[in-house]
Amino acid sequence: MNRRESLKAIGLTAVSAGVLLEACKTDDKKTTAGAATTADESNAGREAFEVERNKKLKEERFFTDHEMLTITVLADIIIPKDEKSGSASDAKVPEFIEFIVKDIPSHQVPMRGGLRWLDTQCMNRYNNAFKDATAAQQLEMVNDIAWPEKVKPGMEQGVAFFNRMRDLTASGFFTSEMGVKDLGYAGNMPNKWEGVPEDVLKQYGLENV
Amino acid sequence: MAGHFLAQAGIKVLMLEAGPFFDPAKDSLQFKWPWESPRRGASTVRPFGDFDAAYGGWEIDGEPYTRKNNTEFDWFRSRMLGGKTNHWGRISLRMGPDDFRPKDGLTEDWPFTYDDIKPYYDKVDRLIGIYGTVEGIESEPDGIFMTPPKPRLPELFIKRSAAKVGVPVIPGRGSVITEPLAGNKDRQPCYYCGQCSRSCKTYGDFSASSCLVIPAIKTGNLEVITNAMVREILTDKNGQATGVSYINKDDLQEYQVSAKTVVLGASACESARILLNSKSASHPNGLANNSGVVGKYLHDSTGSSLSGFLPQLMDRKRFNEDGAGSIHIYSPWWLDNKKLDFPRGYHIEFGGGMRMPSYGFESGIHRLNGKVPGRDGKPKQAGGFGASLKDDYRRFYGTRVGMAGRGTAIARKENYCEIDPNVVDKFGIPVLRFHYTWSNEEVKQAKHMQETFQSIMHEMGAIVTSGPHGPENNYGLEAPGRIIHEVGTIRMGDDPKKSALNKWCQAHDCKNLFVVDAAPFVQQGDKNATWTILALSLRTAEYILEQRKKFNV
Repeated sequence: MNRRESLKAIGLTAVSAGVLLEACKTDDKKTTAGAATTADESNAGREAFEVERNKKLKEERFFTDHEMLTITVLADIIIPKDEKSGSASDAKVPEFIEFIVKDIPSHQVPMRGGLRWLDTQCMNRYNNAFKDATAAQQLEMVNDIAWPEKVKPGMEQGVAFFNRMRDLTASGFFTSEMGVKDLGYAGNMPNKWEGVPEDVLKQYGLENV
Repeated sequence: MAGHFLAQAGIKVLMLEAGPFFDPAKDSLQFKWPWESPRRGASTVRPFGDFDAAYGGWEIDGEPYTRKNNTEFDWFRSRMLGGKTNHWGRISLRMGPDDFRPKDGLTEDWPFTYDDIKPYYDKVDRLIGIYGTVEGIESEPDGIFMTPPKPRLPELFIKRSAAKVGVPVIPGRGSVITEPLAGNKDRQPCYYCGQCSRSCKTYGDFSASSCLVIPAIKTGNLEVITNAMVREILTDKNGQATGVSYINKDDLQEYQVSAKTVVLGASACESARILLNSKSASHPNGLANNSGVVGKYLHDSTGSSLSGFLPQLMDRKRFNEDGAGSIHIYSPWWLDNKKLDFPRGYHIEFGGGMRMPSYGFESGIHRLNGKVPGRDGKPKQAGGFGASLKDDYRRFYGTRVGMAGRGTAIARKENYCEIDPNVVDKFGIPVLRFHYTWSNEEVKQAKHMQETFQSIMHEMGAIVTSGPHGPENNYGLEAPGRIIHEVGTIRMGDDPKKSALNKWCQAHDCKNLFVVDAAPFVQQGDKNATWTILALSLRTAEYILEQRKKFNV
């Protein structure tokens, strides 16, 4: 990714972040309304405690608005929109991250602490929280924590946080409908498996294996 | 299996199930997309992922177990109709002649030979269906096979490279029907979604729920009581079994049912627990336990694994590579122990391909993407973000390969489960306490597995992503119980002093009590237990029917 593309990606994000939270609220209402009529079907095969647990987690809120906005900026820097698919926030990755830290609480301290670490760094450097820094500053900051093998002294905690953030963003994006389509996963439907296609066998010289 | 056979034969059978009813046709999560799970398939609630069929897991709320002297054992319980068969790998291997009558003298003989059990393996093959190929390997007996699925692309690389380092690879053997099953209209042949772990809605794979219990209910002879947690088996003053006492999990009331014959199939450890908790004046040591062996000789398969990726598969062409939900290729044990420093052996299960993404997708990519050049052929920095990282995820997709060894663990008296004198579960039933340690034999076997895996990976040009596995972690040897092949806790034998069951899985001390799970195993081979459980259970059921005709039970 060149610098100009990065800036473009971040610019888009800054606009869409506020909209996103509003959209999220509307969605919640829809889901709640829909759930009453479709609960039985969508919960088939689920144990009662699973249904209750999911419901409870969805009602709880872990991240603050400030944290959610920061996550949204970061997620879209990690996975921006390109010619093939949308950005992390287009695929609702921030909402996924909000859910998964409640579902897997071991993410909570590293995520909350990591976000705070990032803001502290940015306050010292730019006199602004990460989300309020300029796009160029955000990118400069991220560049200091995105490359584990050339990490500068003092940035190690940031690298650990960004590694986690990168993993969660990828999990959220590539398990979304948009991400699965982007990857080109072609399964999850009845078919007839007749082995690797001929042209692919030929490509790797595996015709006689 | 026993319930199915006896119900088909016209016997009235009552089945007590500790969990809820489960019919894969209605309850399976097959064909759900990752985004249909709020955790995207993560294993937070279900240990093998959010779409996996198993209810239960390593830990169940209110149903603890304990461990003695800081030893390790993890106990997986699947509380549902059909139990663990709803989600297992469907890898269906027969034990061989030497597994029943070992030539090395290290473990005890089974009370019968492979030839005695062979007809029952054949019947199971015909009744349930299995794919595989006839290979003529004595220690890996052939069955009556349907056509196996062809290898996926990464599996072809494995096959070619394994052969080069002297490890033979053959088509997998799985209980998934790839052709119509003769005489069965309820089951549809496999359509290759690769999701057997979710259990098949159209019954293409073998789950005890869909293939045995539900058809048996249709005969009108089998009744199932669900959510029935068995407390103990009841006996009369002569020591004969008269029935079972259980707790209804819904109303928490105690119930008793009486029966002419009691057949125990609660899974190896749970069955031992029930017997040990069934104490009476005539069975002070627990039921069927005059020998004192109940709970002892517990053994689970060894397991160690290695994973990596194939750089030559970067940017691979997309196609539907789901395949069958059981293994496509594997390596049966191939070496001569006389030249090795450990007894017995292991088989290797291989996998790889463009699978459905789920939580954890390409997690840790910052450890991989610096190891291969970018699209432009230039070295890349590890980690990163943005369009270039997004592209890396696409490039790496479908390049992963994995291999896992499953080997023989020696049955030892010192590895056991017993009743914890101090702890009960939420139903007030005394719980199991485990005592299990690996010995040098198992550790050396795991070391050999790792060396084999490394040599195959190296030959393929794969980059290894797991490990390192060395002496500090027993070469990746999993804790006992993790492979979920636990067997041997109510072992069979001809000598009532050294075994709890006779060769028909009938209790030496209680003639109308039988055990039909993996508890009767004397010594498991490296083969997965299920096909042998089914063959033994069928054989026992036939024996029960015969004995009933003679009014013996």
